[in-house]
Amino acid sequence: MMVDLSPLWLTIQLAGTTTIFLLLLGTPLAWWLANTTAKARPFVEALTALPIVLPPTVIGFYFLILLSPTSTIGRFWVDITGETLTFSFTGLVIASMFYSLPFMVQPLQTAFQAIGRAPMEAAATLRASPINAFFTVAVPLARRGFLTAIVLSFTHTIGEFGVVLMVGGNIPGQTKVISIAIYEHVETLQYAQAHQLAGGLMIFSFIVLLAVYSMNRKLAVHVG
Amino acid sequence: MSGKSLIIRAKLPFAGHTINVNEIVPLTGTTALFGPSGSGKSTLLRVIAGLETRGNLFVEFNGEIWTDTKSGIFRPPHQRSVGMVFQDDRLFPHLNVSGNLSFANKRCRKVAIPITMERVVEALDLAKLLTSHPSTLSGGEKQRVALGRTLLTQPELLLLDEPLSALDIRRKAELLPFLDKIPREFGVPVIFVSHAIGEVARLADEVILLSPNGRVSARGPIPEIFDTQEMHDFTGKFEAGSFLQVTVIGQDVEFQITTLKFEDEVLRMPMVASLNIGDRIRLRVRARDVAIAVKRPEGISIRNTIAATISEIKVEPNTAFAEIIFTVGFQSLRARITRQAVAELGLEVRQDAFALIKSVSFDRRMMISALE
Repeated sequence: MMVDLSPLWLTIQLAGTTTIFLLLLGTPLAWWLANTTAKARPFVEALTALPIVLPPTVIGFYFLILLSPTSTIGRFWVDITGETLTFSFTGLVIASMFYSLPFMVQPLQTAFQAIGRAPMEAAATLRASPINAFFTVAVPLARRGFLTAIVLSFTHTIGEFGVVLMVGGNIPGQTKVISIAIYEHVETLQYAQAHQLAGGLMIFSFIVLLAVYSMNRKLAVHVG
Repeated sequence: MSGKSLIIRAKLPFAGHTINVNEIVPLTGTTALFGPSGSGKSTLLRVIAGLETRGNLFVEFNGEIWTDTKSGIFRPPHQRSVGMVFQDDRLFPHLNVSGNLSFANKRCRKVAIPITMERVVEALDLAKLLTSHPSTLSGGEKQRVALGRTLLTQPELLLLDEPLSALDIRRKAELLPFLDKIPREFGVPVIFVSHAIGEVARLADEVILLSPNGRVSARGPIPEIFDTQEMHDFTGKFEAGSFLQVTVIGQDVEFQITTLKFEDEVLRMPMVASLNIGDRIRLRVRARDVAIAVKRPEGISIRNTIAATISEIKVEPNTAFAEIIFTVGFQSLRARITRQAVAELGLEVRQDAFALIKSVSFDRRMMISALE
């Protein structure tokens, strides 16, 4: 019997969307953390690191409450789109973003800190505006950090289970991602299908990581 | 040319003391900010470039206020028409030499007669390095690229932050001629920071001496500044001597001699092949390498005999020595001889005499560094 592959595509969609939005949000956040002297910095850092230590069910639980139509945010979303955030793909993206946030922010912050102020000062004296210097100096110098951050966020989102289960449930095509599908196959003793999905995911993850580690060497910036 | 100037007032805490400076620097030639490590010289350059924002600062460049912390004026660094070369070259490691130069070239100010890539590459001898990666360059080459990159921003003022300090003596010798000729060749005034007397002597027209506590303790053109008590306090062992501004007029390959014009006199020294006819260089002559004769000596191996007038005789009390200061044209030359010799030769102020300079004191090492 052919296994239903739609959970795989949904998973890739979710991980891809989450990674793109995280990149847009996490880059400025990581830059700020790397350069600020503000007193708020440790608070933001601790908040960013929370998803590493919390059980996914805790994150899922709070997001379930936060996104439900009875909350302000959930209600607002229902008002403007007519759909609920809980048990929807959008809700999953939002929860996943928080869940994978440290995997985007921490590698970037480390990379930005390693660059230091010196190249940015040099760029400024060469008449590059701060934004321009960021894209033409900081980003290329931090490209290994970007690669690590993107891959970790993507793969970490693929591997999530608890948050999805709490916030998304198990709606085919909407929230039934690969980890949920595997769980369901195992629950119903369909081991053959579980093997296909689990094995497929394992091979996929290995290939992605292999590609990354091979690329990582090539991307190295010669220093010193 | 014109009366362009830079006004800098800075009062800011630095390394356990307070930098407190209020100076007007003319935007011509090369000005050295000279002082011991930790006196805050580099910080002052950073204030001018807009990289330092702490403290009470005021920077006015040629009539435009760039920084005024009192009224909250601050022009960001990338909008200031100064170029800065850092102590560490700060080349971008993700770009090759050509990419580093283009980075500046693409973003440069629009000016009537721009400094072109071709001229920079030629003047700094970068053609062979263009496709190289910064990590493969020597320290001296890196600084040449950094200097070229900065020139391509079309700066109205060049700030050099100890560009030689990270280099060993041979690399220094490689880079010095470039630092010497670039400002004149491209017509860009320079403020450079150094704690090395040899560099200052070689490169600067004017010196601002910064004391260890962050204040300006003396200021003036070379060679006058080298006579000040403040300078002697600071340089300590730096030997008394004079700086001669000379022009290269000949290269005798057969005898390996370079001839130089010093006012109306001619000096000879062992050939320095890197010099070109017409180059203006500054030589340092130690006072103890100058002897005195009252008549033009004959049959003597010393090649450099200069007719000069004694302008001052300084006796060093409780020692055997006296310092004789000669005037030659518009320049001066010091000799250190024994007081006994002064008495026996009957030397007096306004007397015409001959200064004998031992040719050896012109050797290559002497030029590159009175050079620590």
